[in-house]
Amino acid sequence: MDGGGHRLKVGVVVFPGSNCDRDALHAARLAGAETLSLWHEQTDLHGADALILPGGFAYGDYLRAGALARFSPIMGAVSDHAARGGLVLGICNGFQILAEAGLVPGALVRNASLRFEHRWIRLRVERRDTPFTSAVPDGMTLRMPVAHGEGCYVLPAADLRSLEERRGVLFRYAAPEGNPNGSAHDIAGVIDQAGNVCGLMPHPERASEAVLGSDDGLLLLRSLVASAAAAVAVPA
Amino acid sequence: MAEFRFCVSVMPKPGILDPQGRAVEGSLPYLGVDSVSSVRIGRRVELTVEAATESGARTIVERLADDLLANPLIEAWTAEAIV
Repeated sequence: MDGGGHRLKVGVVVFPGSNCDRDALHAARLAGAETLSLWHEQTDLHGADALILPGGFAYGDYLRAGALARFSPIMGAVSDHAARGGLVLGICNGFQILAEAGLVPGALVRNASLRFEHRWIRLRVERRDTPFTSAVPDGMTLRMPVAHGEGCYVLPAADLRSLEERRGVLFRYAAPEGNPNGSAHDIAGVIDQAGNVCGLMPHPERASEAVLGSDDGLLLLRSLVASAAAAVAVPA
Repeated sequence: MAEFRFCVSVMPKPGILDPQGRAVEGSLPYLGVDSVSSVRIGRRVELTVEAATESGARTIVERLADDLLANPLIEAWTAEAIV
């Protein structure tokens, strides 16, 4: 891609019940990456430079969304990758899994409406100095869909304050559609303290081509791919 | 080794929104009941543990409750031995 001989590789983890993995692979390719699927029973990332945990209903969402997937064999390698500073993006169910695993703060509980909310929303991007948002033009709100039953972001009040203080909120639901699920502080996505793990409930991969109604989501994938490529280019 | 049966009750912590409980509460007027409030909905898990002693079995149950059955951010649990 850049003549450096290494095309950036995005790995998409596939859990039993993932259903947005192919969309994520497609969007990552549109963003310029090589891609590979990583079955959850593997313990090796096969050279993936960045990871996406896709949407779906891993393990049928039994017990709590993400609670069982968190113990899949691959999650050890995902944690190690994150601990080394590798990029991890969790989308929808992937966000729920990251939250259950403690890789991002918070918990996602049943929507306040008690309904499965599937519709187009708008996102305010709170920070552009992260590997997940660097390609988003200043001041632009992103249009993409949500589709979830358990997307209400919850965190004890003291933790919520420290999350806000350290600027851990990356995305908030914005007008006119507003907050679809009752999330605290309209939180749609967060970033971990180290700044290399991000989870969000909306689906950027479902808004990655104009024909889908929006290609705003591709900006997040492009940010991820460019940031991971820049990290790979730095000699160890 | 013996078998010990336990029940783990998992409940949303106070202050955590419980939309299911609220929905059930909201339907009570249709039953003509106006004397019930604070409905909270949780989960009950029953399981059998093979261990040498009941306290050994309880240690395993407590680990499962902490790590898997409940999310400590939003839920609290209690465990009791049952027959």
